[in-house]
Amino acid sequence: MQSSNPNTATNTAEVAVIGGGIVGLAIALGLTRNGHQVVVLDESDIALRASQGNFGLVWVQGKGDTLPEYAAISRQSARLWRSLADQLLDSTGIDIQLQQKGGLFFCLTEQELNNRQQMLQQMQQAAGGDYPFQVLDLKQVQELEPEAGPEVAGATLGPEDGHVNPLLFYRAMTEQFLQSGGRIVHSGKTTDIKPLNQGFTVTCHDKGLDQKWHCDKVVLTAGLGNKELAPMVGLHAPVEPNLGQVLISERLKPLLNYPTGHVRQTNEGTIQIGDSKEDVGFITDTRIEVLAQIANRARKMYPVLNKVRLVRTWGALRVMTPDGYPIYQESTRHPGAYVVTCHSGVTLGALHQGPIADWISHNKTELPLEAFNGQRFNG
Amino acid sequence: MDNVLTAKSAISSPSDVKEVATFKRLATRTETEQAGKTVTVYVDDQPVEMQPNDSAAAAVLTSGLRYGRTTTVGNSARAPYCMMGVCFECLLEIDGIENVQGCMTTVQEGMRIKRQHQARELSGR
Amino acid sequence: MNTTASLSIETQQNPNAAGAQSSYDLVIIGAGPAGMSAASTACQHGLRVALLDEQPNPGGQIYRAIGQTALQDEKVLGPDYYAGRQLLADLHQALDSNNAVTQGLLHYFSGSMVWSIEQDQSVCFSQQTFAATNSADSENSGSPVKQTSQTNPMATSNTSRRINANKILIATGAMERPVPFPGWTLPGVMTCGSAQILLKQSALAPKMPLVLAGSGPLLLLIAAQLHRAGVEISAVLDTTPKGRYRKALKYLPGALKNLPLLKKGLELLLELKQAGIHYEKHVTGLKALSCSDGQPSVKAFDPAKPDMQPIELLQQVEYSVNGKIHHRPCQTLLVHQGVVPNVQLSRALRLEHQWNTLQQCWAPEKNTWGRSSHADIFIAGDGGGIAGAKAAEYQGRIAALKIAQTLGYLTEDQLLKHAEPFRSLLDKQQAIRPFLDQLYQPADEFLTPADDTLVCRCEEVTAGEIRAIAAKGIAGPNQTKAFCRSGMGPCQGRMCGLTVSNLIAEVQGKTPEEVGYYQIRSPIKPLTLEELADLAQ
Repeated sequence: MQSSNPNTATNTAEVAVIGGGIVGLAIALGLTRNGHQVVVLDESDIALRASQGNFGLVWVQGKGDTLPEYAAISRQSARLWRSLADQLLDSTGIDIQLQQKGGLFFCLTEQELNNRQQMLQQMQQAAGGDYPFQVLDLKQVQELEPEAGPEVAGATLGPEDGHVNPLLFYRAMTEQFLQSGGRIVHSGKTTDIKPLNQGFTVTCHDKGLDQKWHCDKVVLTAGLGNKELAPMVGLHAPVEPNLGQVLISERLKPLLNYPTGHVRQTNEGTIQIGDSKEDVGFITDTRIEVLAQIANRARKMYPVLNKVRLVRTWGALRVMTPDGYPIYQESTRHPGAYVVTCHSGVTLGALHQGPIADWISHNKTELPLEAFNGQRFNG
Repeated sequence: MDNVLTAKSAISSPSDVKEVATFKRLATRTETEQAGKTVTVYVDDQPVEMQPNDSAAAAVLTSGLRYGRTTTVGNSARAPYCMMGVCFECLLEIDGIENVQGCMTTVQEGMRIKRQHQARELSGR
Repeated sequence: MNTTASLSIETQQNPNAAGAQSSYDLVIIGAGPAGMSAASTACQHGLRVALLDEQPNPGGQIYRAIGQTALQDEKVLGPDYYAGRQLLADLHQALDSNNAVTQGLLHYFSGSMVWSIEQDQSVCFSQQTFAATNSADSENSGSPVKQTSQTNPMATSNTSRRINANKILIATGAMERPVPFPGWTLPGVMTCGSAQILLKQSALAPKMPLVLAGSGPLLLLIAAQLHRAGVEISAVLDTTPKGRYRKALKYLPGALKNLPLLKKGLELLLELKQAGIHYEKHVTGLKALSCSDGQPSVKAFDPAKPDMQPIELLQQVEYSVNGKIHHRPCQTLLVHQGVVPNVQLSRALRLEHQWNTLQQCWAPEKNTWGRSSHADIFIAGDGGGIAGAKAAEYQGRIAALKIAQTLGYLTEDQLLKHAEPFRSLLDKQQAIRPFLDQLYQPADEFLTPADDTLVCRCEEVTAGEIRAIAAKGIAGPNQTKAFCRSGMGPCQGRMCGLTVSNLIAEVQGKTPEEVGYYQIRSPIKPLTLEELADLAQ
């Protein structure tokens, strides 16, 4: 990694990945594996980073209830995760703590449980029957998770769900990317992308200085930044911030066995509690009312958590498209420019590092990417 | 009161290094003005006589025990360090609750102070 | 002078207590010299004030336990400490329900830990409450040891509440600079300030043999106080690097504006010398060791925890003078490298901060009235830059007056007239700082410690690990935190923040200012999930 002393001459790279979060790094890593010379252009230490506020779920159940293609790529990614984790361990020695022994989704009312069961049944039908899940009543839940409280109506169990340490995932990808010759440059905010006859010129701006990069291909993985960057290369990415709040506790001895959509215990022993969906614009401050409601929901699920001490809260911005599904698209007007935008950078991490990077390398893919075209938001 | 050791007569806990040196009480105003107003707390089940304004961390230091907890990561021993609430090294089990800042907790009559080992154990059952 | 001890302060312990309200003109956080003086001043001018403090009694660290001071012999701590009684008396007067001017205007919340300040200026804090314990039983049972098998989890609990502030004054003071060096986590190594707190609050003297090591006025003061208390000091190891006096000389003219303070420093040195205390100058290579010379480590086993590894404890201190290595047996090692602003709250509020090269620390930006980069948030005392207790007191008054004027309780003319005397007193206090800051700037071995030294005490991350991560070109301390969990433990970065930024700066050839600092997140002190959830009601 270079620590960006911006230099005025134009730098070159075969592929420039704009945005060094979990999404950008996974793709950059895959591209490096495919033999490309890649630079990741990243912002500063205090950039709005969805990656650092990530909840760490590798999650499948319930995802894509209105878009079967999304359910399919989420499950495909979950299946690829083990080999990605193994490969990162081999190359960097970092165990990113992947566990895929299933995940629970707690429902606090019978109504909620019934609705969820219906939704999962419909998804099962859409998948031609190949969509495993179980519905558990409180007693069954307590067999798996003895601390589940009496206010829990039941849960759905998705055997393909799991979780990972997102910070170690990020670190391991960074280290492997650097080992394999990739470059990460803290070049500041990308202010301009100019399509040329051959390739693109990317301009970044940091502390009053411009830095220019020339590249054959450019991949936009700048999260919320994609909204402004995409039109520069004839793409459309109408993403909006969506505030997710996460509470993090002191380290505890092992207490919880399974991740749930709202609460999980990490390998370090901390309890992570999420989340909220509220549209707030670019404010990452925590809001007490929202946090209190998250805490209140968590203690209904696990009354034992009443006495746990919270040491940190996070307000991190999810990257949301109007329909909540990702955008994967190559520009038709300026081939060689790609946009990737999603809010589940961890779950889809293995897909990004594998088939998505292959798509960008080879300009072809088996993935149903036409479903994720950004033009679906036009008109 | 036979079992109650004052801060001046150090405990040599059988579970710890033989140490006679402890934090020692100097002549105090409270002794002269409020004679007899002491508080008995229990540090790892040993009674220790303290003065009403003392902290739980001070009780550990006067009890003769040389550390208050071991760390969650490396299981290494730690003792009170800053005594003003910023370092979190004096975390103790106080009245059954672990990870309480000992230096920020004033002793109470009958308070149960225990050393803790590695991560906190939380159980509702 | 003993009369103050018998005064008790009525506190708003019970959140639902009569008189506790939810909205104030001014909420002051911290009841040290700045907070106490600001509280008294503000309510004299008619403001409704809440004074929140995490300690059970007012005084802050410098005047800790000033109303209940434990030591019989007042010569030990000396007159500068007991000068705090005046501030306490003023506070008592302001809280006195018979006071015609301030009646009911000031609410003092003791034992109140502020954990968040929200965008809407509401201040969230946690109070520890004790249920009635059956103390009579444990005393009369005749078998107190047996009783201990039953713990009473209901004895303590915390409750959180919110109050709203029109203006906020942060008076959270300083903390001792964390001093990383090999062995600084061993039980037995403590800060000089902690020894002083134990003297003030509990009249407790550290166990011996006792060694003090470090640099700065507080090192000398505490050595003198311990000596006066009859504590035997085996050595004072002064780590002030060679040539610092020469470097500081250019600031001497300013320092001469505060001759009494300068004189006090020299008197302390003389006092230590006359006491015959072993005093080493230009000490380097400080290490706390868990083994005696040639002896195996002293380790303890806990039979209750058979799987536990041996416990390592402080046994001796190692240091060099003129290249020669020395060892001293040591049960308590008190360390000190000056004090730095406690920026946890101002950072969590995202106020602008500036790097002070002379003091080698961050301080929130503020104008001459103490106003921060946020129009409604003021800062007074050492939390806004180190200047000492007297300066804190004056800053507290000046900020309170400005807030009173901003809220319409004073005219502009009245403000200037009231503030003027405190301004000139403050100038005198601040004039000596550059000299002291340059003279006692910590040696490099404490700013950027050797690779094997633990930097993050909580998550046990070494300087070497931080350097290795920095060498990969990470963007800054927040990425370091994400990579190795430094700063993610219970102290929330207080102990490692400065060092991590320094190490990244060293490796990447930048200044600490360019590197930046951890983003601090609320809660700035841990609180239970229950307390937070109860606010949802």
